[in-house]
Amino acid sequence: MIDKHLQNRKSVLAGIMMIIVVIYVLQLINLQIFNPTYKEHADSNAFLNKTQYPARGLMYDRNEKLLVYNKPAYDIMVVLNEVEPFDTVDFCKAVNLSVPFFKSLINKLPKDKGYSYIPQLLLSQLSVEEYAVLQEKLFKFPGFYIQNRTLREYTYPCAAHALGSVGEVSKTNIEADDYYRSGDYAGMNGVEKHYEKELRGKKGVEILLRDYRGRIKGKYEEGEMDIDPISGKNLTLSLDIDLQMYGEQLMQGKVGSVVAIEPATGEILAMVSSPSFNPSDLVGRQRTKNFRALNNDPIKPLLDRPLMARYPPGSTFKVVNSLIFKEEEIITPATRFSCNNGFVAGRLRVGCHHHPNNLDLVGSIQHSCNAYYCHGLRAMLDNKKYGSTENAFTVWKDAVVSFGFGYKLGVDFPNENRGYIPNAEVYNKIYGKGSWRALTVISIAIGQGEVISTPIQTANLAAAIANRGYWYPPHIVKHIEGGKIDSMYYKKRHTVVDPKHFDSTIEGMRMAVVAGTARVAAIDSVEVCGKTGTAQNPHGKDHSIFMAFAPKDNPKIAIAVFVENAGFGATWAGPIASLMMEKYLKGSINPKRKYLEDRMLNTNLMPSAKKH
Amino acid sequence: MLRNIKISQAVDWPTILMYIVLVIMGWISIYGASYDFEHPSVFDFDQNAGKQLLWIGSCVFICISLLMIDSRIYDVFAYFIYAAALVLLILTVLFAPEIKGSKSWLVLGPVRIQTVEIAKFATGLALAKFMSRYNFRLKGFKNYLPVLLLIITPMALVLFQKEAGSALVFLAFFLMLYREGMPGVLLYLAGCCVILFIIVIKFGSDLLQPTADSIGAILAVFFIIITQLGFLFVFTKNLKQIKYIGLGYVFVIVIALVVNLIIPVSYLYFLAVAMFLSVLYLSWLSIQLRAKPYVLIALFTIGAVAYAYSSDYLFTSVLQPHQQMRIEVLLGMQNDPTGAGYNVNQSKIAIGSGQFLGKGFLNGTQTKLKYVPEQDTDFIFCTVGEEYGFWGSVLVLGLYLAFLLRLLHMAERQRETFSRVYGYGVVSIFFFHFAINIGMVLGLAPVIGIPLPFFSYGGSSLWGFTILLFIFLRLDASRLEKMR
Ligand SMILES: [Zn+2]
Repeated sequence: MIDKHLQNRKSVLAGIMMIIVVIYVLQLINLQIFNPTYKEHADSNAFLNKTQYPARGLMYDRNEKLLVYNKPAYDIMVVLNEVEPFDTVDFCKAVNLSVPFFKSLINKLPKDKGYSYIPQLLLSQLSVEEYAVLQEKLFKFPGFYIQNRTLREYTYPCAAHALGSVGEVSKTNIEADDYYRSGDYAGMNGVEKHYEKELRGKKGVEILLRDYRGRIKGKYEEGEMDIDPISGKNLTLSLDIDLQMYGEQLMQGKVGSVVAIEPATGEILAMVSSPSFNPSDLVGRQRTKNFRALNNDPIKPLLDRPLMARYPPGSTFKVVNSLIFKEEEIITPATRFSCNNGFVAGRLRVGCHHHPNNLDLVGSIQHSCNAYYCHGLRAMLDNKKYGSTENAFTVWKDAVVSFGFGYKLGVDFPNENRGYIPNAEVYNKIYGKGSWRALTVISIAIGQGEVISTPIQTANLAAAIANRGYWYPPHIVKHIEGGKIDSMYYKKRHTVVDPKHFDSTIEGMRMAVVAGTARVAAIDSVEVCGKTGTAQNPHGKDHSIFMAFAPKDNPKIAIAVFVENAGFGATWAGPIASLMMEKYLKGSINPKRKYLEDRMLNTNLMPSAKKH
Repeated sequence: MLRNIKISQAVDWPTILMYIVLVIMGWISIYGASYDFEHPSVFDFDQNAGKQLLWIGSCVFICISLLMIDSRIYDVFAYFIYAAALVLLILTVLFAPEIKGSKSWLVLGPVRIQTVEIAKFATGLALAKFMSRYNFRLKGFKNYLPVLLLIITPMALVLFQKEAGSALVFLAFFLMLYREGMPGVLLYLAGCCVILFIIVIKFGSDLLQPTADSIGAILAVFFIIITQLGFLFVFTKNLKQIKYIGLGYVFVIVIALVVNLIIPVSYLYFLAVAMFLSVLYLSWLSIQLRAKPYVLIALFTIGAVAYAYSSDYLFTSVLQPHQQMRIEVLLGMQNDPTGAGYNVNQSKIAIGSGQFLGKGFLNGTQTKLKYVPEQDTDFIFCTVGEEYGFWGSVLVLGLYLAFLLRLLHMAERQRETFSRVYGYGVVSIFFFHFAINIGMVLGLAPVIGIPLPFFSYGGSSLWGFTILLFIFLRLDASRLEKMR
């Protein structure tokens, strides 16, 4: 019966079995050893990395008054394949939306298979009140979840430009910094942007387990692998919020800037850009709408004028020239130049206003004599000791730059303009090398022509004079909690002018207030030193400029005020600067000056208002 | 009855030991697969792992009872058991409620049984009984017909239950028939049919440029040519003719390549001409040498080409798009994220993510979070792959191989045809389940939902496999009785 031939078939069957097992082992090697993507795929299936957003750093003013803090906001997330039929009208009522708009939101979400089980942002930044209403009803809407976020909240409705705002990151932000993910917030301008790295803190992550239907099945490893978020660092600003608010009130109805600096430190005490807006307008769901409205406003309220507006410095620049001429020994304080209602040289004539003739240096500043500085500049640029006008001009330009003009000061803001101081090369190009003289460029003597400054550069000039020859780069952050401000803000920057030359110039500024062009700026029992200015405006009425510091000895505040289209410097900019200094130094305004304050507060110089 | 005392010595302990280890490993896998991160509970009898523990406990009694029963009873009652199983299958078709698209559960009060599990060992017994008749030889239509009927009848009834996977299991008996004398060439031809179909469908739409030949067709032709030469070697041993024909093919292929250097002409034309010439030559040889195999091989060549061509035609022109889709998913050509393609994809992710060492007991996220469907039944091997990684998977495969080889060895050592036929039936069924199930989970075999013996959750299948095995162990234990 035993069939040898058939018995061998046992071996055939055993062979088949072994071959199958070998094939399976090879496939296991392929799947488990040579293919790491399966592991990644399994992890991305199972782990939901839920971002834990840190609280953004708070901001305080120099007197520890809270300026900027966080309020909770709530995003509505939706997981599409968990949504069951629900009462749409009820839902829309709870979140204050129209039904068609809600439907358009839902339709906008990507519907691919990969998206249907992950939470997607449906509606961002619900207020606490809206959240409270929705939360009561949330159980009726399976598939909808709440994600906690924070929004900025402001104690005072001012300093919008300085503080800056927070917005959703753009594609460019995400590409530039891999910290950001789509939907994150970041500082978009002002302090919020410059100190973004300090303020943002560090995001944390909570690792959740997600089942095949996208349902959360608890924390991975009981949360041991989670990373807690680290709150952002709090900032103490050098801003005096009361002074800032007062400045914004004074500038109401006017276009321009106010910059106040503490000369001894370079700290910015106030920085007003007018017209302004309420910083809360750029928070939350209305941000986009309000931003668009502000952006389309022809007066450009979004322009950060103290840092970005470019004006000829006008007569305030005479102060710089007076110092440079003394340093270069072109003049002494006793030098006098005649003024025949202006400066006349051949067919060239620079006009001047009525004032006593043949002034010395103090008088020239006190009365803002144009002729004096034209003579001075000619004496310097045409002086043989430099070898050429070009060389003389370069010496002059370097001296001007040492006061902080022509380059960025290095303020702690993201959008500073450098102004403009021409160099000899510029004139060589215009007029040809060696074919220009002092008279060719004479308007720079009185701060007109090619020289351009920003309000903060002018305020910095006031601080440099107040300090008798040095300045610190202006900055708005005084202290970072658990951090350090940039060491550059502790480094003195010296002007090329010797301190001994400052006394007569300062005396001139003092006399301008006592008995000169700046009498309107006088404050009882405070030695104010000031200088008026008028920036020529080819497009309309001239801009009113005032630069001052006080008190004369041991100055506490240096200030620059620019009011656009307001005419002579003493009329508008002077009183505003004076009131600001009085407010800062004395805490309140003398009742005798109430009329001045009221006039400043109630005058509207807006181009649109003037039409009526 | 006296001999029963010796059972404990005569029974094959290595097999029982492997059985116990497999069942324990299976239970651990089920425990892992049904473990819930949120509600961890060790012995909850409402949970699958708890229930499976009850099934395993009851198996102890089944095993002991089966070993106690006199082995002759199976020989005597084989047909009766087979008839009873058929009745149960019919009752199932008639009365079973539809659960998840299949009607395979017979509900008797609180007990639910899958009658196909009974039919498996019953068919094994019936075949053993029939084929152990005096002077039975697996030859001729008269002997084949009853054997085929014994296999096809339960298979058809299971098909009526809409359980295609379980019905296919009965094909496993053909492995046993092969051992009992069925020509191996039949087994090979069946294999050829499957392979040709897969080649033609799977690669049919990939085109070889610039001639735009279907790669599937070219692969099919080469497969047929190699098979033709293989048959020539096995059945004629005429190396000289094999050399001639083989060189003929090489010659035609070289010509085709040269021509294509100049102008693109379909390679299939050349191959078709070559095969046609080979058929003519084989027919001529058959007449010349007066040998039948040559003409048979010629017929095989014609048949295979016709089969391949009609498979392609059937697939592309007769089947509806949704039917095509199902076959494509089955062959892994389509990623159907909701259907079978999704299951296999997630199953491969689960196993692949286990890597070499595995994620550790109860740490498999893919299975715990239910990304793998049917993870405690058909896809139970995913838990092994994910939590124990490569070494664990290889261990399980190795244990299975050892188990199967042991059963094979035992089946062959039987002195009685009845025991041997039954034994080969048992090996065949276990092998079929093992190969198809693991192959499916690894993405190598079509998605046919059949359980992995001793691992997959389910009382009916555990009982069914246990009974199947222990009847054989009892028969094996008494293989020496006749000697005394
Ligand atoms: Zn004059």
